[in-house]
Amino acid sequence: MRAVEASGLRGRGGSGFPTARKMSAVAQGGRRPVVVANGTEGEPASAKDKLLLQSAPHLVLDGMVLAAEAVGARRAIICVEETARRAWLSVEAAIDERRAIGLDPIGIELAASPSGYVVGEESALVHWLNGGPAKPTFVPPRPFEKGVGGRPTLVQNVETLAHLALLARFGPDWFREIGTPGHTGSTLITMSGEVARPGVYEIAPGTSIAHTIASSGGAADDVRAVLVGGYAGRWLDAEHSLRLGLSDDQLRPVGASLGAGVVVVLSRRGCGLAETTRIARYLAGESSGQCGPCVNGLAAIARALDQVHRGEGGPDTLATLQRWATDVAGRGACHHPDGAARMVASALEVFSADVDWHGRHRRCWAEPVRPDLVSSAPPRSR
Amino acid sequence: MMETAGRRRNMRLVVNPITCEGHGLCAELLPEWVRLDDWGYPIVNPDPVPPELKDHARRAVAACPTLALLVRLD
Ligand code: SF4
Ligand code: SF4
Repeated sequence: MRAVEASGLRGRGGSGFPTARKMSAVAQGGRRPVVVANGTEGEPASAKDKLLLQSAPHLVLDGMVLAAEAVGARRAIICVEETARRAWLSVEAAIDERRAIGLDPIGIELAASPSGYVVGEESALVHWLNGGPAKPTFVPPRPFEKGVGGRPTLVQNVETLAHLALLARFGPDWFREIGTPGHTGSTLITMSGEVARPGVYEIAPGTSIAHTIASSGGAADDVRAVLVGGYAGRWLDAEHSLRLGLSDDQLRPVGASLGAGVVVVLSRRGCGLAETTRIARYLAGESSGQCGPCVNGLAAIARALDQVHRGEGGPDTLATLQRWATDVAGRGACHHPDGAARMVASALEVFSADVDWHGRHRRCWAEPVRPDLVSSAPPRSR
Repeated sequence: MMETAGRRRNMRLVVNPITCEGHGLCAELLPEWVRLDDWGYPIVNPDPVPPELKDHARRAVAACPTLALLVRLD
């Protein structure tokens, strides 16, 4: 645990929470903890967790066993979406191999979790493991206090656990050799949108956005904006941001974070409003339907955005949109509405010229981006 | 000493958004601290409830039909 702290490892699932702090909270919970490896990847623009499970399952399983030993857990469960066939089969085979030679002091359970945007949210996953629906619960208590079977539960993203396994092998100094002071160790990111070679890349945190786009084959046309952090992330305009480094500490000053390591590229051919409308509609549809502000707010936001995009919104539509984006933030049981609101608010800022243009000309000038940004995520490993 | 320290704890109102059904009763009973959004769900002032409103706040909490309005002390 001391090595984890010295390494500066932070969660790779989206929140970027210091791993050591989470581990020690769980270890001090009083009861024997449970370790859960979170391999659900609800974000459609992300593919790194599935790729990792498919190509290096033992690394993740090593990390789980190490984490279990560190916090004193005797139960470890790995959750993989049942629809991620290849990842699932690969993990299953790896568990069998380990069992056959008696490698691990504890047995590892494999759970086939449902798919969905909010399923991977910690409390939703724990709720589901406890026999409930895979929907977030109202916290506190948080899973680290009272999780699976009422025990303190360490939920860690699978990439985080893979890093844990590597740093156990090579030490915290080795781990810190790559990255920035606030974002140590290498990071997996999924590049999508209008780049020549969409896919999963391992980068050193701090690598510029421009460089990362070049490494993924370059953009289809002049880059206009990038969506950083996933569908609940933030749009950044190309002019001011392509030189920014992809790391949480370098993105924080512009209000962004790497999230689960997602970058979506929009070129000059596309329309930011059209893509944002599509994403907002998707996010509204992924609400787990439990909280009024999320259910009503996100649907209303998506409808209003559609109006603005079609040039049918009046001058107050925009003001209403901004008010709603502020209103829904922080009012769900989970952070789903916050992320959606952040994404929409950033789009209204970055694409403000388009908003004017659409309002005046009552149409969209852009060629539809093909394939749609929303569905152009790299092929899922199914 | 202990007692006064206990009394000085901040009282905040929170809503359990899963159980809240948007009846709006809380906004009626405590308009100084709760307003409703465009869909009738409460937006609660996140600041500590001022002393003169504490009794009203407790009354609103007790009146919520789904027990979704909660007091949190910090
Ligand atoms: S905020 Fe939305 S997604 Fe989260 S629990 Fe509530 S309804 Fe579900
Ligand atoms: S009274 Fe209770 S159920 Fe009704 S709006 Fe207020 S918190 Fe929600």
